[in-house]
Amino acid sequence: MAIWCRVSSRTIANANHMRKFINPASGLSPALNRGRPLFSDGNRRHLDSLPRNRATRVWFQRFKSTLAEKQQDSFLSSDSDEDLQSLQFPGGKVSYTSEMNFISESSETRVPCYRVLDDDGELIPDSHFQQVSEEVAVKMYSKMVSLQIMDTIFYEAQRQGRISFYLTSAGEEAINIASAAALSEQDIILPQYREPGVLLWRGFTLQEFADQCFGNKADYGKGRQMPIHYGSKKHNFFTISSPIATQLPQAAGIAYSLKMDNKKACVVSYIGDGGTSEGDFHAGLNFAAVMEAPVIFFCRNNGWAISTNVSEQFRSDGIVVKGRAYGIRSIRVDGNDALAVYTAVSAAREMAVNEHRPILIEALTYRVGHHSTSDDSTKYRKLDEIVYWKNARNPVNRFRNWVQSNGWWSEQQETQLRNSVRKQLLEAIQVAEKAEKPPLSEMFRDVYDYPPSNLEEQEKHLRETISRHPSDYPSDIPV
Amino acid sequence: MLGVVRQKMLGQSLPKIRPVVSVLRSYSSAAKQMTVRDSLNSALDEEMSADPKVFLMGEEVGEYQGAYKISKGLLEKYGPERVRDTPITEAGFAGIGVGAAYYGLKPVVEFMTFNFSMQAIDHIINSAAKSNYMSAGQMSVPIVFRGPNGAAAGVGAQHSQCYAAWYASCPGLKVLTPYSSEDARGLLKAAIRDPDPVVFLENELLYGESFPVSDEVLDSSFCLPIGKAKIERVGRDVTITAFSRMVGHALKAAEILEKDGIDAEVINLRSIRPLDRSTINASVRKTNRLVTVEEGFPQHGVGAEICASVVEESFAYLDAPVERIAGADIPMPYAANLERLAVPQVEDIVRAAKRACYRSVPLAAAA
Repeated sequence: MAIWCRVSSRTIANANHMRKFINPASGLSPALNRGRPLFSDGNRRHLDSLPRNRATRVWFQRFKSTLAEKQQDSFLSSDSDEDLQSLQFPGGKVSYTSEMNFISESSETRVPCYRVLDDDGELIPDSHFQQVSEEVAVKMYSKMVSLQIMDTIFYEAQRQGRISFYLTSAGEEAINIASAAALSEQDIILPQYREPGVLLWRGFTLQEFADQCFGNKADYGKGRQMPIHYGSKKHNFFTISSPIATQLPQAAGIAYSLKMDNKKACVVSYIGDGGTSEGDFHAGLNFAAVMEAPVIFFCRNNGWAISTNVSEQFRSDGIVVKGRAYGIRSIRVDGNDALAVYTAVSAAREMAVNEHRPILIEALTYRVGHHSTSDDSTKYRKLDEIVYWKNARNPVNRFRNWVQSNGWWSEQQETQLRNSVRKQLLEAIQVAEKAEKPPLSEMFRDVYDYPPSNLEEQEKHLRETISRHPSDYPSDIPV
Repeated sequence: MLGVVRQKMLGQSLPKIRPVVSVLRSYSSAAKQMTVRDSLNSALDEEMSADPKVFLMGEEVGEYQGAYKISKGLLEKYGPERVRDTPITEAGFAGIGVGAAYYGLKPVVEFMTFNFSMQAIDHIINSAAKSNYMSAGQMSVPIVFRGPNGAAAGVGAQHSQCYAAWYASCPGLKVLTPYSSEDARGLLKAAIRDPDPVVFLENELLYGESFPVSDEVLDSSFCLPIGKAKIERVGRDVTITAFSRMVGHALKAAEILEKDGIDAEVINLRSIRPLDRSTINASVRKTNRLVTVEEGFPQHGVGAEICASVVEESFAYLDAPVERIAGADIPMPYAANLERLAVPQVEDIVRAAKRACYRSVPLAAAA
């Protein structure tokens, strides 16, 4: 059951109805419309829109909170049904009714997904998005291509036995790069493991990626982790940790620290569709809402958790509807549309930082590659499904068409870029492969802040053993 | 063989050595008394006052003044930003604490008992303990996980387990087990100041106990070193190691043993990881006999590790097999009579010490 968004006038109309424009003069959009429901099922209002021109910078939208819930803290509303009277309970006033109604397990229509470019990379008429400059757009596109090529080459390297493991982000290049592009360098990233593009955007070099995968002396992780477990303090990218979803409550904790320090920055934490089943997802989102922490929870709903399809993962309408359950503002976005992702993350960031609130973004996409080099996904899904998404719904091609239509990219630049990146990668791999491994002296460091006596003894013991039996110790590993 | 000779010597009357029951240091004559609860509370207060990055988080720590009143008065003094009541999710608030620590705050995370830390153990082990190593020093975790550990009175299997051995087996963590008020103050302060993740195992039944404290202990800069055990009572005939509440039992056992002419040396471990192997081994080399005491389950317990350490380093000095006293190898029963049989009692320690001294003793406890 692949998930994709249809571009239809109904979708666009719905999307329009979800938005509220800022009146720049008034400054604060939440001040507008307070107390009036903005979006509720069957009660859509079309809001007055300011004049806009697709080609120029458009107004920056804010998503209104679920104001429908904010009842006046006073008497019964006089215009309500006779049945609706109100009761005081811990947690506030709640109206009651004598008609028994269960809230349906799903709404009639699924939450629509926000997109700006159609499948061919053409801008959808009357769409709202944050304009990007030529420089940023070209950088975004180049990084998407680099990520694609990096994935291909490292995957091949694993297949050749040169590295032990790899996992690709094929199909999710727009999510990786566009979300990173919308953030600032001070924003702190807690990744799951399929977001190396965020590091790539921030300036991690191809050599640095290769060094981690080969676990050599230059690896910032000192060869302690499996490949793809990148981490870089200077890039504000927390070292990837294998247990799923543990980064979500940690993100809430870091966001809380940022708030206490009054920093103008937020935390962005990524999770897949499968990871939202973990207990930590509940804890992280619930806590972030209660603590009013500036964190963006970015869910990459790519349809598959190894071989578990989303229909077996949850019965809700994806992840976006879960936001409301925690009191968190949420949006569903077409994850293969780089401009839509960019706009949504920019808006989310502003709300998170300025209003101290968590935001949930569900980006719908498709995992084109296998889960990892330990997986063969043709065993549990059809090959033509994979091929369809790889070709017809490719986010890189889509964005290229848009960039090209603006006159910012050419075929020649394409060829040059691809060749150059490929060459750099092959060189990086060669260098990384030949580089020395981390020395023995690093093995006992960093267990604690300062090495305790028992570890010093262990190291001493080991060195004595090596000096007594040098032929048993590999000659190419430095001590 | 040597043991037989020693036994004969002990049988003769030797000049009595006055046992030092209380702490070894000489204090000013008017020593104040302080409960363990107040010690912990004052340590938290002082560390929060000294460093604005320290904050407390857990269930009921704020408005309720702490489930065991350890954090009494702190919410009022420091406000809700630094004393946070959390929703009921150990995994959640342990994860949040780890995240806050990654960024540079110094959280003190309270588990209502360490039994509930099982729901957060992934964060403690896979995130807190291992992150500094896995990130090659880029992500340090200056966090303290604290709370009552071990058996209380009549609380059953899911509220009575001792987790010292579990956490102490994991590199990357430091595990502390205070006994007296001095321990509580000094070790908690050390734990909060330490840049590594610390598991701080208290004991519910000790909270209300009073111990004498010197002026030095009451000073706000007082701190005990992590990884050093304390010799609570000097002796010559047998070494008894214990931690947490069992130290009190061991000291009582030592008094009883003294009447039978056995002069026991009692070591308060204070720190399970790092374990103070040198103090333990030095003591065994002096006394030649060892009894380890712990509340927790015997298999893979703290006593097992101590025994292995002594066999590795001081085998030639042992005159008798090491005696291990531990809790019964069953989930803790609730009924009071059964619980008493499942937790080490003073008599058990006395009998074990006598066995180590080759005195004939009945093997089992009287029901």
